[in-house]
Amino acid sequence: MAKYSLRVITLGYLAFLLILPVGLIGWRTFADGLSPVIDALTSDDAVHAFRVTLIVAVWAVLLNTVFGVGAALLLVRGRIPGKRLLSALIDLPLAVSPVIVGLALILVYGSFEPIGRWFGDRGVQIIFAVPGMVLATVFVSLPLVVRAIVPVLQEMGNEQEQAAHTLGAGRWATFWRITIPGIRWALAYGVVLCLARALGEYGAVAVVSGRVVGQTQTATLFVEERYQNFDTVSAYATATALALIAIVALLIAKLLDRGALKRSEKH
Amino acid sequence: MTVVKAPEIPRQQRQPETRREVPARARARAGTGVGLGVAVVYLSIIVLIPLAAVVAKSTDGGADFFWRAVRTPDAWAALKLTLISAVAVALVNLVMGTVIAWVLVRDQFPGKAVVDTLIDLPFALPTIVAGLVLVALYGSGSPLHIDLAYARSGVFVALLFVTLPFVVRTVQPVLLELDQDMEQAAHSLGAGGWTTFRRIVLPNLMPAMISGAGLAFTRAVAEFGSVNLISGNLPMKTQVSAVVIYGRIESDDTAGAAAISTFLLAIALIVLIALELVQRRAARRG
Repeated sequence: MAKYSLRVITLGYLAFLLILPVGLIGWRTFADGLSPVIDALTSDDAVHAFRVTLIVAVWAVLLNTVFGVGAALLLVRGRIPGKRLLSALIDLPLAVSPVIVGLALILVYGSFEPIGRWFGDRGVQIIFAVPGMVLATVFVSLPLVVRAIVPVLQEMGNEQEQAAHTLGAGRWATFWRITIPGIRWALAYGVVLCLARALGEYGAVAVVSGRVVGQTQTATLFVEERYQNFDTVSAYATATALALIAIVALLIAKLLDRGALKRSEKH
Repeated sequence: MTVVKAPEIPRQQRQPETRREVPARARARAGTGVGLGVAVVYLSIIVLIPLAAVVAKSTDGGADFFWRAVRTPDAWAALKLTLISAVAVALVNLVMGTVIAWVLVRDQFPGKAVVDTLIDLPFALPTIVAGLVLVALYGSGSPLHIDLAYARSGVFVALLFVTLPFVVRTVQPVLLELDQDMEQAAHSLGAGGWTTFRRIVLPNLMPAMISGAGLAFTRAVAEFGSVNLISGNLPMKTQVSAVVIYGRIESDDTAGAAAISTFLLAIALIVLIALELVQRRAARRG
């Protein structure tokens, strides 16, 4: 009896909080068929917004992947002082409100601040432009790749790397032929999570982008702007597209996670 | 040739480790140094210097200015709403997250794998999409005739949505690892289901439940995107702190925005340190 009531409570809670709302958007988006959705998603502003989102996300993922692999190696293999502090600092972005992220970047890289002005004098605008949006997205998604790799590196141990060393492999050869293949599932998992987060970032980008329609407007900002302008067709269509991307990312991440699990069980 | 070869072979056999390890280690140490330097610079450019700039800006006008900015009526009302909702959200998650984790681990029903995957959806979904989705079901024109738009209950539901996975995902692995022998022993000694749960299972889950709820709290305090649409951002009523900060930035009051931000950052820091202490204590006991 208790078993069934707990099951009913769980499914009821999830239905009203998660499944019905998300399902309703999907249903409303396609209520009038496919063609208005396609029209909305292929309008100039929508296409431009998705392109900006993609550019920003690709840069952010690239930077965080390189940093993530390096930082994970440092945290697991490096013999460095202050490891706990470094680890805590890497997790810090998760606790910071996206709006504060935006404010923080404006206070350093805004065109009225010393550093921002220095860049501005050299023709590089950071805030209200793509570089600032990349910085904001890197900030919010910073720990994801690191946290995906660290446990796998720990479990892998460094016997294989040391064996490669004693057989005469250099650091690069060891890295590319032993370390990277060893962590590839976890790395892919982290990259997918990071990409999903980067594609969906809203608050931090809203602050640093200046929300210029057709210029610095990302897909998430497009959703909000269309909704506020009572163009619910575009808002729903774009939101559904973003939700589908998120669901696909989630499924891929699940598969990669399971792949990593199977591999570690084999060892 | 033979003269050269002969002494080389035994020497390699005698001490192959020291011959290779010394330069490799020295190089590794140099590499670690460079790596650490790059990591620190990267973190500084993106995270540390900007956050330090927020704190510096907030104290520019002295303690007086700081408190005045935080105690401005709309900022103070938003802060109260944010903290009260975050505590309430953490408490609901503490109970519901544990129930969901329990069902996902101990119960069997068709479609369980799908439900398990869905739990992570709030993390993957862009916050603005989460907001839009909730407005569609719980806004004006709600098909369920539940209108939470422009109300504090709307803020609460949005925060519940985005914090759903935290407790589930911290409790679930602990529950999976938990040995059921003790529960069976309690059962055979005559303890009922609830007593067994309260006396045997709950103490084991508590550290994970608390750390999950703590994470949900910090997330709720920081939340912006999902609350934005459903709350309507009415000052003194449904405006949360993140929205107030956003408004201050828009109206070029970056000093005021920085003061409220610093206050929120301090709260998040305190909670994170407390969580770390809870976990360390649990680790020592466990």
